[in-house]
Amino acid sequence: MKTGFALGGSLRLLLAAMALGVCTFASAGDPEAGLTIRNHRFEPAELKIPANQRVKLTVHNQDDTPEEFESHQLNREKLVPPGAKVVIFIGPLKPGRYDFWGEYNEATAKGVVVAE
Amino acid sequence: MFATALIVFRETLEAALFIGIVAAATRGVAGRTLWLSAGVLSGMIGALALAAGADRIGAWADGIGQDLVNVWILTIALLMLAWHCIWVSTHGREMSQEAKQLGTSTRDGERTPWALSLAVGLAVLREGAETVLFVSGFVTGSNSGSHTMLLGSALGLLAGSLLGVLMYFGLSRIRPHRLFAVTNTLVLLLAAALASQLARTLAQSGLVTAWSDTLWDSTWLLAADSPLGTFLHALIGYDARPSGLQLAFYICAIAIIGLATRQMRLRQARRWHPNPVLGT
Repeated sequence: MKTGFALGGSLRLLLAAMALGVCTFASAGDPEAGLTIRNHRFEPAELKIPANQRVKLTVHNQDDTPEEFESHQLNREKLVPPGAKVVIFIGPLKPGRYDFWGEYNEATAKGVVVAE
Repeated sequence: MFATALIVFRETLEAALFIGIVAAATRGVAGRTLWLSAGVLSGMIGALALAAGADRIGAWADGIGQDLVNVWILTIALLMLAWHCIWVSTHGREMSQEAKQLGTSTRDGERTPWALSLAVGLAVLREGAETVLFVSGFVTGSNSGSHTMLLGSALGLLAGSLLGVLMYFGLSRIRPHRLFAVTNTLVLLLAAALASQLARTLAQSGLVTAWSDTLWDSTWLLAADSPLGTFLHALIGYDARPSGLQLAFYICAIAIIGLATRQMRLRQARRWHPNPVLGT
C-alpha cells in the first residue's frame, strides 16, 4: 500500500506542475480578428493584426466540408467543422508575416497573418 | 487522391506508432492482444461519436470546446503513460529478479496492461476523430470525386498502419532483456510528446498565456512537414518552432516520471534490503 501512496504523490506532483503553468488566464481585453472559409479559401487572405499582443482569432467555416486551420509559423493547428465557428488564440507576435493554410484544401486555402 | 492519402496518413501515423510501441512494450503479457484490441476498438467508437458531435463540441466554451476535450484526452493519456513508465521500471526489475530465480518468463508476472490500453484508446480517439471528420467531408459535403478520395483515405490509413506494424516488428528484433529498456524509453518520450502537445493546446485555447514565445526555429535543419519531421513529431514530439511552455512541459514530464521512478525504486530497495547503506 506504501507504493500506492508514493505513486499518488508523484501524480499529484505532476498535476501541481501543470497547475503552475495555468496561472495566467485569458483576459477579456484581447484584440479580436476574424477569418471566414468559403469555397475552400480564407477571407481575407491577408489578415492584419496588432503585433506584440495576443489576438483572439475566430474562424468561421461556411463550407459544408471540414477544414483544418494550420500554421507552423504560428504554431497552431485546429479543426474547423463544417458550419462551425472556432476560436484560436495566436501570438503575441513580433512584427512580420506568418503563413497559414487549410490542411484539407492546401491548393486553395492559403493566407497570411501580418503582425504590425 | 495523393493529397487525401497524405492527410489521412499523417493523422494515422501518430496513433499507429503509438500502438506499435505499446504492443512491443507488452510482449508476452497475458491477454495483451485482447486489452490492446479493446483499447483500439473503444477509441474508434469514441472517434465516431466525437466526430459526429464535432460542430457542437467546437462551439462549447466560446469556441474552444475542441481544445478542452483535447486537454482532457492528452492529460489522461499522459498520466497513463507516466503510470506505466513508473510501474514497469520498478516492478520490471523485481520481476526479472524473480524470473531468474524461478526460471520463468520475465513478463509472466505483469498485471493486465489497462493503463496502456486506455492510452491507446485515447490516441485512436484523438487522431481517429479528425480522420473521420475529414473523410466524412467527402461523403456528405460537396467535394467532387468522393470515390477516389475514399480510396486515397484507405491508402493513407493502410500506409500509416503499416508503419506502426513495422515499428512493432522492428522493436521485436531487439533481444528480450534489452527490449524492456528500449520500449520504456520510447513510452517515456511519447509521454513527453503528449505533454508538449498539451502545452500547445493550452496556449491555443487561451487558457494559458505564459511562455508563448517561440524558443527557436529549426525548420532549416528539419522542417516539421518533411517526412522525417512528421515521423519524429509522432515519435518523440519534435517541433521545429516550440514555445517556451512546450519545452517546459516536455522537460517536466521526463523529470517528474524520472524522479517518481527513482523514488519508487529506493522505496523498494529499502523494503528488500533494510540496511540503510544503499548504492543509488
